[in-house]
Amino acid sequence: LRDCQQADIKYLSEWKQWKRTSSKSLKKVLNEVKELSSYLELWRHDIHSIEGKFGTGIQSYFSFLRFLVLLSFIIFILMFSFVTLPSIISKYGIFNSSFAKIPPKNVELHCTIYKPSGNKGLTYFYTYLKDLLSGTGFLEVTSLFYGYYTIDAAWLSILRYNLPLAYLLATFAYLALSLLWIIKRSVEGFKQNLVHGEDQFQSYCNKVFAGWDFCITDPNAARLKHRSLQYELQTDLEEERLKRKIAERTMKEKLRIYSLRIFINIIAIAVLSGCFYSIYRATVFSQENSNDISNMNFQANLLVQYLPSMVITLANFIAPQIFSFLIRFEDYSPAFEIRLTLMRCIFVRLANIGVLLFSLWSQISYCATDECKACGYNYKLYPCWETEVGQEMYKLMIFDFIIILAVTLFVDFPRKLLVTHCSCKPVQWCGLQEFGISDNVLEIIYGQTICWIGTFFSPLLPAIATIKYFIIFYIKKISLMHTCKPAARPVRASSSNFFFLVVLLIGLVLAFIPLGISIAHIPSSKACGPFRSFNTSWAVVPDTILELPTGLQQVLYGIASEAFAVPFFMVICLIMFYFIALAGAHKRVVEQLREQLVMESRDKLFLIRKITEAQRH
Amino acid sequence: AYKRFSELLPKEERENACSARVPKRQILTLPELRANPFQHRICRVFSTSDDGDDSMSFEDFLDMLSVFSDSATSDIKSHYAFRIFDFDDDGTLDRKDLEKLVNCLTGQGEESRLSNMEMEQLIQNILEESDIDKDGTINLSEFQHVVSRSPDFASSFKIVL
Repeated sequence: LRDCQQADIKYLSEWKQWKRTSSKSLKKVLNEVKELSSYLELWRHDIHSIEGKFGTGIQSYFSFLRFLVLLSFIIFILMFSFVTLPSIISKYGIFNSSFAKIPPKNVELHCTIYKPSGNKGLTYFYTYLKDLLSGTGFLEVTSLFYGYYTIDAAWLSILRYNLPLAYLLATFAYLALSLLWIIKRSVEGFKQNLVHGEDQFQSYCNKVFAGWDFCITDPNAARLKHRSLQYELQTDLEEERLKRKIAERTMKEKLRIYSLRIFINIIAIAVLSGCFYSIYRATVFSQENSNDISNMNFQANLLVQYLPSMVITLANFIAPQIFSFLIRFEDYSPAFEIRLTLMRCIFVRLANIGVLLFSLWSQISYCATDECKACGYNYKLYPCWETEVGQEMYKLMIFDFIIILAVTLFVDFPRKLLVTHCSCKPVQWCGLQEFGISDNVLEIIYGQTICWIGTFFSPLLPAIATIKYFIIFYIKKISLMHTCKPAARPVRASSSNFFFLVVLLIGLVLAFIPLGISIAHIPSSKACGPFRSFNTSWAVVPDTILELPTGLQQVLYGIASEAFAVPFFMVICLIMFYFIALAGAHKRVVEQLREQLVMESRDKLFLIRKITEAQRH
Repeated sequence: AYKRFSELLPKEERENACSARVPKRQILTLPELRANPFQHRICRVFSTSDDGDDSMSFEDFLDMLSVFSDSATSDIKSHYAFRIFDFDDDGTLDRKDLEKLVNCLTGQGEESRLSNMEMEQLIQNILEESDIDKDGTINLSEFQHVVSRSPDFASSFKIVL
């Protein structure tokens, strides 16, 4: 390469030479800047060493975790600076600021009574612990929960700060930010998958020519990589043989297998409904019984408070085991088996949160008396229902964190000790634990979905999430280094990055639904929070629009009307069709060029034959 | 990089490391190459020594690092990868080259090799995918074509010091 360049230099004019040297020095400067900025990257050295020892599949999990830490931190900064900081400033009167609590008009008095009992006087120590773990008591009145922000208007010096609007807009902002950031990250993976996913027959070349990860420096890791490559190639070949066998199936066999599959899907749906029903009952029980605290001692109360979280964790643990047991009977190809089990597990985890929230709402909106109907929600049990929901999310998050810690401490490390010191057959057969990438990824995506849903009800939750992920990184890293053996079935980095982001996107979209219903459909509590004077939380926006100048109002009404939305939608559809047609045309061009290449080589052979014939005469 | 190279030389030659040549077995002690099954091929490809002993000078070392770095284009990488995989140096990857390549990937023991039938099936599949002119071997342009559509090549064909 260098020789080529040096030969070129003699022929180029001076202007081009100067351009070349300046572009080289610019490249050097950019490289230095990139190097410097990579030092600022969080955990760069840790992830690099993990990559060297365990390969790119596991490294992609840790990069994903780092992405979530950054995302949670940015969400926290957003909510803190627009919601919490102005509230604190106006409540403590810094910079000559003040706030106003305007009692809502046209609302019955009984709806507006809310007396959260922060701990006053002498309390037992364990009350503090219980409050810390379940978000009640002294935590309930802090800025952690929605109830603190009972401010209808705030004045920072002379500027009027519309806190309700800010609260709602900050919520939309963090959702939009998460959506855009995830889409930006997944665009690359999507491009690859769309182009290469069609070419199933490229997989062998990819595995053989790009299979060896040149970053591996440890001989142990190299040995394991050899074994995993061998295993992967053998599985692929076997799958191909299986596919050929499936194509030759008779009609009778097909009928038998399809009916078996339908039966097993019915069983899976039954298992799911069982999980959902048990979560519903547990939530209802917990809500009913945690409200008479006086009859129970400390431990029982904590148990009842945490009952939904425990049932969800249990369901999240049992359901995947059942699914991986069932899928063996369905006789799919191994790759499809893995994907289907994964899809079912994702669905279970995310739907569990949905069921919990649904059962909470059914409790909150359950209205038997007329007084209750006047408020729109069950004001006796839930004078400030947003804080209750926030507390449930807080409990879920804390419990999730405790479970991860407990599993690492009490399952992984003893297992390693057992395997290294005890040499009896069953223990050795169990062996060391493998780092299950998909299980771990589902865990943290579950945590992030809780964070997204919970941030509206508890603005400081992202900070807890950031700290939690930060600690989890180190726990998982230590557990990986000391107790795990590399997976026998390797996961390719390119497809897994995209897959993680797709599942995260599913979680985000699923988080939109509960938030949308809470904001737009359920009446906001009249006793606390910034939305007291509005019917629902969404009602802030129409009210603010009415205060804008009429010109702007007309524009906004125009955008939201049908006359604009329908043509806009049609234009978007047209653009999409155009791009799909373009992609199809490109693929056809690629096919044609390939055929041309084959033709050329045939022409070459033909010409060579002609030449040899001519030479002979 | 200069530091790493000069560490490989014995003490007395360190001053003029720019012009010294490091014998092959010293190069193979580098941690990045130690675990690599293609170590011998890498030394052979990048070494410019005239007597075929695969020793590398500092220039060769830099060449090797630049090809394996992040900033090398995929053209350069695929060109050098082709040369590394071409075990008999004949300019094409034929069946024997592919067989040796697969054996390097799966490991050095007897039990870690694929069976004959599997090897046949695998080589058949590879040639089906990449051999466009159907001559039974893979030449440089076919190799570059197939590698350019491989999503993992860029991330796996790199060494970072």
